[in-house]
Amino acid sequence: MVDLKVIATNIRQGIIKQISNAASGHPGGSLSGVEILTLLYFEVMKVDPKNPKDPKSDRFVLSKGHASPLLYATLAERGYFDKSELLTFRMINSKLQGHPDMKHTPGVDMSTGSLGQGLSAAVGMAMAGKLDKKDSKVYALLGDGELQEGIIWEAAMSASHYNLDNLVAFVDYNGLQIDGRCCDVMGSDPIDAKFEAFNWNVISISNGHDFDEIREGLSNIVKGKPNVLICKTIKGKGVSFMEDQVGWHGSAPNEEQTKQALAELGGTL
Amino acid sequence: MAVQTTFDFDQMLSSAKEAYGEELLKMAEEGFDFVFTYSDNVAPSTAAGKLTQNYPERCFNFGIAEPNQVGASAGLALAGEIVFAQVFGPFLPLRAADQIHTDIAYNDVNVRLIGTHSGVTAGGGPTHNDIADLALYRAIPNLTVVVPADAGQCRKIIRASMEYDGPMIIRIDRAGSPNVYADDNYEFTIGKAIETIEGTDVTIISTGSCIYECMMASKELQKDGLSVGVIDMHTIKPLDKNAIVKYSNKTGVVVTVEDHSINGGLGGAVAETLCEAGFCGKFKRIGMPDEFAVLGDPDEVYKYYGVERVGIAKTIRKMMSK
Ligand SMILES: Cc1ncc(C[n+]2csc(CCOP(=O)(O)OP(=O)(O)O)c2C)c(N)n1
Ligand SMILES: [Mg+2]
Repeated sequence: MVDLKVIATNIRQGIIKQISNAASGHPGGSLSGVEILTLLYFEVMKVDPKNPKDPKSDRFVLSKGHASPLLYATLAERGYFDKSELLTFRMINSKLQGHPDMKHTPGVDMSTGSLGQGLSAAVGMAMAGKLDKKDSKVYALLGDGELQEGIIWEAAMSASHYNLDNLVAFVDYNGLQIDGRCCDVMGSDPIDAKFEAFNWNVISISNGHDFDEIREGLSNIVKGKPNVLICKTIKGKGVSFMEDQVGWHGSAPNEEQTKQALAELGGTL
Repeated sequence: MAVQTTFDFDQMLSSAKEAYGEELLKMAEEGFDFVFTYSDNVAPSTAAGKLTQNYPERCFNFGIAEPNQVGASAGLALAGEIVFAQVFGPFLPLRAADQIHTDIAYNDVNVRLIGTHSGVTAGGGPTHNDIADLALYRAIPNLTVVVPADAGQCRKIIRASMEYDGPMIIRIDRAGSPNVYADDNYEFTIGKAIETIEGTDVTIISTGSCIYECMMASKELQKDGLSVGVIDMHTIKPLDKNAIVKYSNKTGVVVTVEDHSINGGLGGAVAETLCEAGFCGKFKRIGMPDEFAVLGDPDEVYKYYGVERVGIAKTIRKMMSK
């Protein structure tokens, strides 16, 4: 049995190490999605790290592409590539670009970074899955700020129109974006009622860092329409001074801060 | 005569990205009437951030929704406002292309679109590179496209834009480029190129923060006995064709340098102009090649593709040795 909590902590350490080493990247939104990705990659998704392009695999689209350190640390933990590669994050000619690049990184199913575009790609993948009568699923992780992009709602409309019940979206509902609280920048609440109005099955997760609750939520997925899990999370989760702080959206910790962050996560440089 | 530049001075770093906010803040304080729109991209600590705090009634955050921001900016302008709309890097030309084309340019309205983090200066890799924008803008009628060489010139452009009629794009890099001009005491006119260094052997035509690197390459090439002129083509559209032909014919060897794809930007514009003018000399474009660029710090990326002083000097030496 894998211990998901241990894995999640390893992934958090991997996030901090990447960003600290590169002296750039996005810690806040990477840390808030750790439990969601841990559960997906270690329990839910059918994937084969030795054969990442296996057409029978489930697919994952990180629509909020700036959280690439989260995806890379998860893929490394799952064995897609060696963990030592994490230290090349954002280096020239590295596999690990600032935003996920499917042509460079094993396990990345879609290149993202331009917010909003990932969900449309996931819709297309889910349509192809139906066309080819596959029983695999397509998963996507969206930011709550990202929901402000109009294309998200174009994608949402098409997903329910084509009854894409093989599509499962997660919203990393951490309440923050670059300029401040999402509700102050451009209020998009209520998110659940919006997705419901777009004919999605909405599953609300009150603690997106609780594996049991996310697992329970996934057991409530329905047939006949696309499903979305709106997961209340804490941006910067796991590093005390980053938690719920808008300033940690896109800045790297210095040496001192890195030490403290890793100490809190039970690791070292 | 070439104007006074920082050519012989130590590098003085300043940020055109900060300068646009400072100038807008100053203009607001002086009583100029305009509206400012943005999309989840203005840090409170910056001058633009202060503008949004001090003048909340005329500053509008649209969230992460660039097409809506640009479309609504067109609407504000259609209703008589002068609008400055700031958008992050590639998401201006790539996301809001249709709004720029139809809502703003076609209707010929007074929106000043400020694209920050231009070229590869965002440092986030291909999804965040803004290197196809000039190619798009050049093909859209009615647009005026200006690229400040440094922070001081950015201030001049922002101010000049208040009196300018029609839509304008102001293309600004991320932060911290050296000053090209020693002071503000030079004449700046939208659409008129500036000779920053005189030269008799080679003419470099460049735009934006690349100009400083061209000047350093020119200095380096003096050691080879080469006299390399540098032209600041701050306005990409309308293009100062007379200046291009005049300075090119003077040397017969022309190099363009830009933080943009070599296709369709300044290099393309100069090539078209020279070809139609019957220019028969040597010509070379320096810029981002036709590939999705390597990821790295802007400085690393420039080195990789030779879009900095060493690469520029190397290219010119090669041209001159043939
Ligand atoms: C189309 C587009 N516009 C702007 C950006 C710049 N940007 C990067 S992250 C971000 C904020 C994202 O907020 P959210 O979706 O809530 O992400 P999280 O809080 O999970 O980090 C913005 C505006 C972008 N990457 N893409
Ligand atoms: Mg958020």
